[in-house]
Amino acid sequence: MYDAPKLETNVQAKENKIAARNVQVYYGETHAIKDVNVDIQDKTVTAFIGPSGCGKSTFLRCLNRMNDTIDICRVEGDITLDGENIYDRKVDPVQLRAKVGMVFQKPNPFPKSIYDNVAYGPRIHGLARNKAELDEIVEKSLRRGAIWDEVKDRLQSLGTGLSGGQQQRLCIARAVATEPEVLLMDEPCSALDPIATAQVEELIDELRSQYSVVIVTHSMQQAARVSQKTAFFHLGNLVEYGDTNQIFTKPKDPRTESYITGRIG
Amino acid sequence: MTDASLPTGPTPKGSIYTQSPRVKRRNAAEGRFKFYGMLAIATGLLMLAILLFTILSKGTGAFQQSFITLNVPLLEAKLDKTGERDLEKIKKVSTFGYAPIIQAGFETTLEQAGLQSDLKVKTQAAILSKSVAADLRNYVLTNPDMIGHTVEFKFLANSWIDGYLKGRVSRISVADNKAISAEQLDFADSLRDAGILRKSFNPAFILGSDASDQRPEAAGMGVSMAGSFFMMLVVLFLSLPIGVAASIYLEEFAPKNRWTDLIEVNISNLAAVPSIVFGILGLAVFINYMNLPQSAPLVGGLVLTLMTLPTIIISTRASLKSVPPSIRDAALGVGASKMQAVFHHVLPLATPGILTGTIIGLAQALGETAPLLLIGMIGFIASNAPGSVAEGLMSPNSAMPAQIYEWAKRADPAFYERAWGGIIILLVFLVSMNALVVILRRRFERRW
Amino acid sequence: MPVFWLVLAVLALGVAGYVFGRMRALAAAGGDARKLHSRLNYYGVNVALFTTIPALLLIAVWMIAQPMLVNRATEGTIPDTFVAKGSSIDLVMSDVRRVAEGLDLAVARSALSAKEARALRADDSDIRGLLGEVGVALGSDVKPEILRAAQTYRELSKTAALWMTGLVILLALGGLGYSIARTRADFRARNVVEKAVMGLLIGAASLAILTTIGIVLSMLFETRNFFGLHSWSDFFLGSTWAPNFRGDSELSILPLLWGTIYISVIALLVAVPIGLFAAIYLSEYAGAKTRAFAKPMLEILAGIPTIVYGLFALLTVGPTLLAIFGDGGALGVSWMKGATSVLTAGVVMGIMLIPFVSSLSDDIINAVPQSMRDGSLGLGATHSETIRQVVLPAALPGIVGAVLLAASRAIGETMIVVMGAGAIAKFSLNPLESMTTITTRIVSQLTGDGDFSSPETLVAFALGLTLFVLTLGLNIFALYIVRKYREQYE
Repeated sequence: MYDAPKLETNVQAKENKIAARNVQVYYGETHAIKDVNVDIQDKTVTAFIGPSGCGKSTFLRCLNRMNDTIDICRVEGDITLDGENIYDRKVDPVQLRAKVGMVFQKPNPFPKSIYDNVAYGPRIHGLARNKAELDEIVEKSLRRGAIWDEVKDRLQSLGTGLSGGQQQRLCIARAVATEPEVLLMDEPCSALDPIATAQVEELIDELRSQYSVVIVTHSMQQAARVSQKTAFFHLGNLVEYGDTNQIFTKPKDPRTESYITGRIG
Repeated sequence: MTDASLPTGPTPKGSIYTQSPRVKRRNAAEGRFKFYGMLAIATGLLMLAILLFTILSKGTGAFQQSFITLNVPLLEAKLDKTGERDLEKIKKVSTFGYAPIIQAGFETTLEQAGLQSDLKVKTQAAILSKSVAADLRNYVLTNPDMIGHTVEFKFLANSWIDGYLKGRVSRISVADNKAISAEQLDFADSLRDAGILRKSFNPAFILGSDASDQRPEAAGMGVSMAGSFFMMLVVLFLSLPIGVAASIYLEEFAPKNRWTDLIEVNISNLAAVPSIVFGILGLAVFINYMNLPQSAPLVGGLVLTLMTLPTIIISTRASLKSVPPSIRDAALGVGASKMQAVFHHVLPLATPGILTGTIIGLAQALGETAPLLLIGMIGFIASNAPGSVAEGLMSPNSAMPAQIYEWAKRADPAFYERAWGGIIILLVFLVSMNALVVILRRRFERRW
Repeated sequence: MPVFWLVLAVLALGVAGYVFGRMRALAAAGGDARKLHSRLNYYGVNVALFTTIPALLLIAVWMIAQPMLVNRATEGTIPDTFVAKGSSIDLVMSDVRRVAEGLDLAVARSALSAKEARALRADDSDIRGLLGEVGVALGSDVKPEILRAAQTYRELSKTAALWMTGLVILLALGGLGYSIARTRADFRARNVVEKAVMGLLIGAASLAILTTIGIVLSMLFETRNFFGLHSWSDFFLGSTWAPNFRGDSELSILPLLWGTIYISVIALLVAVPIGLFAAIYLSEYAGAKTRAFAKPMLEILAGIPTIVYGLFALLTVGPTLLAIFGDGGALGVSWMKGATSVLTAGVVMGIMLIPFVSSLSDDIINAVPQSMRDGSLGLGATHSETIRQVVLPAALPGIVGAVLLAASRAIGETMIVVMGAGAIAKFSLNPLESMTTITTRIVSQLTGDGDFSSPETLVAFALGLTLFVLTLGLNIFALYIVRKYREQYE
């Protein structure tokens, strides 16, 4: 801890937030994730890339146990958060998800007001003692979601009435409002136009200072732009994991090279 | 943890291994909520179980009836004094004339069984149904040759004795009853011990006709079943073609305009109009205006047709819609007209769906009661089975649910058992119709 | 049943026409069906349609118009002075028709010859006894005027039936001849047939409209008659329901409406919580197996005929409640006087409505997109928090629609209230008292022996119209809400 200032400059040495060991995921009979080992660092953006159906989203959903909601899904192996196994029987997924927030592929604001959308998490987790505190959390989260200026005058209008990019930033603000430690993003820009995508990417970069961000993306350019670490998945295997720079310039595995040069996809 | 001091950083949370009190509370609420859901399901299922149990426990008795087996000497002296076996003369003996014959039957039978009774023979005979004399007379009129012989008959016991054997009537409950006395119950006991009075399966309940207030033991569902059958015939022959034609038009040909919109809204609303309103329509239009006969299954069928049409149209349209457009395109592509594409290709593919929809509509119509009350299918005794199709359609009759209602209204509790029994019969029909639907669906359901 | 035979004859002509049409077309093409414009069958069907459809339509129109015309013509023969005070021409006419029917029956059973029936005189024979023998019971002796009118009625009906038979057969033959004459090798039979079939399809689809018009008109006319005899202010604003067949009735809908609404509210109080929670459990928590078992089981409740529920109310639930709340009951209170009560009917109706609410709500909850649930669960909400705060608010309009549909079902339900609710119209808050509803009164006013011109009978039509308007309004509103809701997520 004493060497924290030095670590700021050295990405490699940041502490591990999440560690996955020998993770297997089965959907019924299908073996969707095969023996994945990965360490995800704090205050870093980690990108999962790979062709569609390679298991990157499935693996992402394992990190906050969203797969629990699917009956036929079975997870084996260890995933630890700050050294605690999240699949331990003692763990309540509800409490886990408060620490590991998630933003989804399609913007999914609730059919409530913008204010209520953001206040939803703090309310259920009891983060605010009174209305003033809640107002403060909402404002702070909307600011962190880089959407405050656009919506501050219409906090009571419906969240579903915003444009796609605004909706996604609202969803990010909503996720940030519960003060998670890790933020999982499942292709957050796939439903957005280029301008909105740029706004969200900028936002992800800012979020890095406080959270560990894991982003699943289809676009290699996006991974290169926003992430410091990149993991390449293929057919359920984690093929290669390393610094983004290294993955995109000097991939070690021929499959990685084929993918980033566009031969498989 | 240098960030911990920053106001904007994430607040450190406890270990995920230990639940905070708040999470415990929230999980308890979760458990309660889930429990309410299970409770609701359980309540619903319990209601169903209670309902079915009530029906079965109260209704099965109706299929059994108490019979008294008597050896009756058909005395020539009483029935055919002249000995000429002239039917016209035998007919002159009214049902009253048969009372002594029945009494003689008791005497003979008791003697053969070696039983003694202090009761007068007339009182003994009073434990029989009031319909017995007429039954006996009919037998004699069809078999005049048997006069002079002793014939074994299985007579209906009256409803009190029947109720006594089934546990509905007790010595206490008959204390103030003029129709039956404790002594007669004793007598019934002795007959039962001797094997003369016995409960057995009663086909007349299923096949027979209704009987008057005085003779619950003789009442049956058969004639009203015929009434229901003729109504369903009308419903089937009208609602199926009309429903299919209307659906084809609306689904395949109708342009999108106000008229078709109006029809659409109309159909979905007609499906939710209370059934009694259709009864009023039937009364006002078919009976009062068109002067069709009251209580006729034809009128009942017409009313139920109008009621069932929306159901059939809605399900037929759904099954037409499920035929993929590629089939139509394929037919049109080889030069078929649109009409030919629909009638040659789409309609056959939609047939299973149309059939299941029709059966469901029929089942609904079969159990419907309210409109039948208004067109007069209750309040009289449906006693004659129709002889021909025309008579079946036009002559007054009852229908199964109306017959059940009629029995439930009567004062004698002996009819209640028959009402429950009638419900069992009705439900057997409904269950088999629905089973047919399930089989059709299993067999023909196609996923495109 | 001459009409039956007439229809059969027309159909037989149609079949013959089909055969002729085919033969004729084949002959016109010189025996080579390929030279025809359309396939051979179409020529046959064309002739068959032209033969049967106009004739059958004529029968239908005739059947509707004849009673009206014959009635009017017969009414003309009855002297105005004959219609007594307090009676009406309609009453007299119903007597006339009854006598006429009796005579028909007597002739059919050959108790009279057709000639005797025509020559019958009221003064020299016991007509009442005669008709009684064939099963037509009359309230009083037949007056000569009525007998004469009845005879005229029979004559006119008979003449009309003869005319109808003649015209229908002529029309059928005409259609046959016309279409046969048109059958040539280049005749576009398919196009003509398809047009005719299209007409039939449109006709079938329009029947729905016709039914609604029929419902509205039949009730509207009688309701107008009712308001001619009874003040509308008493009907809508009075406070008492006390029909009295000697006249001077108080016929207000308000106490009936109160009973209807009270029972419906109790039914909804039973059905909505159970149905809604059942739907939530089935769609959100239950595993595939539980769902496959419980859902159809609950839906059985919806398939059970209402007469069964009525009997259940009358013979099981009512007596059970009486054993609890009645004199000498389990609670030792005597709050309940008889087995029929608002609670009896309400509870049983509630049971009936459970599957109605649950399956509609189930559909609606399932229509809420999964992404909403994911969003909430991903924020660390529990399943129940997600349901209560995200899913249900999103599904609310649809659920409100479902409840409204259930309410309209409850208001229009007849058998359960006829058998379980009782017959006393009053304003009371006690759910253990027996009360009555709009539908029960419709049944009792129309199944009595009342004549169709007294306000006590006609009020049933006014009640029916009110019921129709009430349920129609609820339905349209509910369907509108549900549709709007569906559009939101499509």
